[in-house]
Amino acid sequence: MLIALLADVHANREALEACLEDAEARGASRFVFLGDLVNYGADPEWVTGEVMRRVAAGAIAVRGNHDAAVGERRATMDSPAELAMEWTRVQLGADEREFLARLPLTVEDGERLFVHAAAGIPEKWEYVFESADAMRSLAATAKRLTFCGHVHVPALYSMSVVAKITAFRPTAGAPVPLLSQRRWLAVLGSVGQPRDGDPAASYATFDTESLELTYRRVPYDVATAAAKIRAAGLPEMLAERLATGR
Amino acid sequence: MNTSARIAEGATVDGFLVGKVIHRGGMSVIREVTHPDIAEPILMKLPSVREGDDPAAIVGFEMEQMILPRLSGPHVPRFVALGDFSADPYIVMERVQGRWLLPMLEELPLPGDEVAAIGARVATALHEIHRQHVVHLDVKPSNVFLRQSGEAVLIDYGLAHHDQLPDLMDEEFRVPYGTAPYMSPEQILGNRRDARSDLFSLGVLLYFFSTGVRPFGDPKGKRRLHRRLWRDPVPPRKLRADYPPWLQEVVLRCLEVDPARRHPTAAQLAFDLTNPDEVKRTTRSERLRQDPWSAVLRRRFHPDADSRRRAPETSVAEQTSAAPIVAVAVDLSESSEALLITLRDTVGRMLEVVPGARFACLNVLKYHRLALDFTLDAEGKSKHLKRLAELRSWARPLEMAEHRITFHVLESPDPAAAILDYARTNDVDHIVMGARTDSALKKILGSVSAEVVAGAPCTVTVVRAR
Repeated sequence: MLIALLADVHANREALEACLEDAEARGASRFVFLGDLVNYGADPEWVTGEVMRRVAAGAIAVRGNHDAAVGERRATMDSPAELAMEWTRVQLGADEREFLARLPLTVEDGERLFVHAAAGIPEKWEYVFESADAMRSLAATAKRLTFCGHVHVPALYSMSVVAKITAFRPTAGAPVPLLSQRRWLAVLGSVGQPRDGDPAASYATFDTESLELTYRRVPYDVATAAAKIRAAGLPEMLAERLATGR
Repeated sequence: MNTSARIAEGATVDGFLVGKVIHRGGMSVIREVTHPDIAEPILMKLPSVREGDDPAAIVGFEMEQMILPRLSGPHVPRFVALGDFSADPYIVMERVQGRWLLPMLEELPLPGDEVAAIGARVATALHEIHRQHVVHLDVKPSNVFLRQSGEAVLIDYGLAHHDQLPDLMDEEFRVPYGTAPYMSPEQILGNRRDARSDLFSLGVLLYFFSTGVRPFGDPKGKRRLHRRLWRDPVPPRKLRADYPPWLQEVVLRCLEVDPARRHPTAAQLAFDLTNPDEVKRTTRSERLRQDPWSAVLRRRFHPDADSRRRAPETSVAEQTSAAPIVAVAVDLSESSEALLITLRDTVGRMLEVVPGARFACLNVLKYHRLALDFTLDAEGKSKHLKRLAELRSWARPLEMAEHRITFHVLESPDPAAAILDYARTNDVDHIVMGARTDSALKKILGSVSAEVVAGAPCTVTVVRAR
């Protein structure tokens, strides 16, 4: 079975459509959304609706910090994230808000754990930036494979039988076998707001037979996604960063 | 973790009938196996994971598990199957038939031309794996076989580095792993990402095979291992008076401490080893003694010594493609002056864009099959030399450094076949040639460039004058 792993879509319809099309063309039969479906982008309603349809058909989705923030009543701040969140709340219908609020923090599936941030205390939304973070996260779960997002920069950590950690910056399109005698933590790149310098949408496929994880990059219509952000009156930097992938 | 007792002679594991132990090394045990569906000889490699064994054995085995299935071609053992670590860890692969270099140690030293021929094959095999993103990092006689068909096969990827896979060796061990006599200086310093490390190890092998002596001995302990960072080896010509200067040039270049002073790619090393006459000789070829102690001490305490610790910023495959071999086919007899100039301008632009490229200028001296015996005597020879001079004269305006350009007159009744054959034999990355402009001639003779484009194993650029 080929699983498509999609993290940090951030209401970017163009990027999500491109990744779904790419994954389907490769024969993906299961879709896993690793949190942060909304905020920053101009299509929160469409993206949430699409994921709702797919979850109804068997897809997996976990809650991200931005998904959680939709239902939180906070004093409004001036940051672009908060401004965009204010706008996002208005766009979403009751069904979508309900769906986001009810998303689980983690899903376990065979030897796999799906979670948005580090596995320790998922609702603390801790980042996995480096080996020490990965070590803590791996220690918090008995599952052999952890797939998460949140960082917006792809990375792959592996832990040997004697608990040594290896950090690796994956190459798009090059399959890495997640050797069965090791434990692995895969940080997915972001579908809708990449921050590693490459504006192409980032996701991954995992083949449960060969145990091969392949990080993928999909060029998409950045100009349209950015134009919609501007048209919605969202902060300019949210549009600009899509073109640079920063 | 324990090597399963299930894998013993006579047992059947996942369809493989387990046979005798062929080899027992520090890191692994190798058994012969058979499978009803596989006709060729195959073997099973098992990690050596008993109490007290080297922990690197497990990691090395994991690396080989990841790398071997991703390699292809005649220069690696064909991958057959993997056993899972959770059940029985093993790798089944082709049992390479042919000549193993290890037993040849009994016959050393070998004649220079024989060593060069072996070296060229190993260099070609290295280029192939480098192109596939892998640095071997353990090139030594016991890891090389020569197939009957000619290709060298590199075995054992337990210490190898793959550009696109996590480097488990790099992260897990502070001490660099390798085979002491063959390890490159940068590998000793912990850099595992430079393809030119394999050229150093091959240089050690060439030196050893041609002199019977290891250039840096078999050092024990870190301090002795580090000696090669500043102490140059005894020049082979001091050990053997009849040692060919060109071979000393090539071998000592491989053994340069700074990777930037070695050949930029294994293909370029293979090129030198197959074209002795074209090797550009420097003072390396003349050396008859080691550097004086003053120079050695200067190197020993030179603050730059640590710069080699830095890994190259480009990937292995990028390092390889940054220094291509370009063959320029120059048709001096039928090309117009304008075409010859355009061709030269094209090469000039490539020179600027790809500073690591090496150019081989070819001209095909055409002879007619029927008249073969009558033209290839004294007259044929003078024609050959005349063409060579014309080629050099054509290239002169490029003002190319001598080590970057070589000239070759090929003799053949079929120019396209000769160019293609040259490209295949020398692992050429790019052919540049002119198009025949005279349409009448083209009609009668066909287009050489079209034939080359159709049959080339590499990129071809066809240049036209406008």
